[in-house]
Amino acid sequence: MNNENRRRTATVYVKLKDGVLDPQGVTIKSALENMGYDGIKDVRSGKTFQISFSPNGKKKPEELIDEICRKLLTNPVIENYRFEISQ
Amino acid sequence: MKFGVIVFPGSNCDYDAYMAVKTVMQREVEFLWHQDTSLHDCDCVILPGGFSYGDYLRTGAIARFSPIMQRVVRFAKEGGLVIGICNGFQILLEAGLLPGAMLKNTSLRFICRFVHIRAENLDTPFSNRCKKGQALKIPIAHSDGNYFIPEDGLKKLKDNGQIVFRYCDAEGELTSQANPNGSLENIAGVCNESKNVLGMMPHPERASESILGSHDGTYVFGSIIDFFEKSKKMVG
Repeated sequence: MNNENRRRTATVYVKLKDGVLDPQGVTIKSALENMGYDGIKDVRSGKTFQISFSPNGKKKPEELIDEICRKLLTNPVIENYRFEISQ
Repeated sequence: MKFGVIVFPGSNCDYDAYMAVKTVMQREVEFLWHQDTSLHDCDCVILPGGFSYGDYLRTGAIARFSPIMQRVVRFAKEGGLVIGICNGFQILLEAGLLPGAMLKNTSLRFICRFVHIRAENLDTPFSNRCKKGQALKIPIAHSDGNYFIPEDGLKKLKDNGQIVFRYCDAEGELTSQANPNGSLENIAGVCNESKNVLGMMPHPERASESILGSHDGTYVFGSIIDFFEKSKKMVG
């Protein structure tokens, strides 16, 4: 197996876009305040995905993961994403 | 006129929709399996409520990739009548057949109760039997029904008359108290630009007979039937 086809792991971070109401974040923030943590300005919730894969040579790993993010993992109307790929 | 009710794994209002069409509206209806690629000559496709694919990832996100949805997208683009109820609405949003997206209810709770909605545009295949300002009593049952669309999209919806239903009080007034889930501008149902695809969070099939607490859901199904049968008469 050559280096190119080695198994990789992508970590995808998804969060609601700024300005989109995040009811879970709001509720967590008020819970933190009730617990006595002061100075909490804002909480935004999100999701993380870990994808292990072997590049098949047809697409660059970055292109492949970007496509998966756009087509399935996120809804572009309300969510943003970023990802890292480790060797 | 023939209706088709799609059955996804996790649909749970499929039989309600089937019965409302068959026994109340007295029209032909059949179930369409999610793995199928044919709509069996149905004139109107119903995407029922439920929890397709367990609501995994996002509501409706997985169902949109099922084989039948490729056919539904084509049918909708050719002008076929499609109505998505609750989870069906969420699937139509994910499939890109309707604009916008669903967020969690502001209360973060699953809400299951009767609400009132009023038709904002009476000139659609789904609302032509409704009267101006008339409050329809129809139940909702969802956790993700907080409709969101960016500002430019909202403007387009308004300019094109695509906001079909809004939450209102029993008198037909739009108030913030009558908004059960935080939806932008009380929006309960929207259609596409060409008006042949509707998504709505309330369940007309659960309000199709007085014994269920309301028969106001028949305004929606009746509008579809009237629209189809009139347009057929004009062609024929």
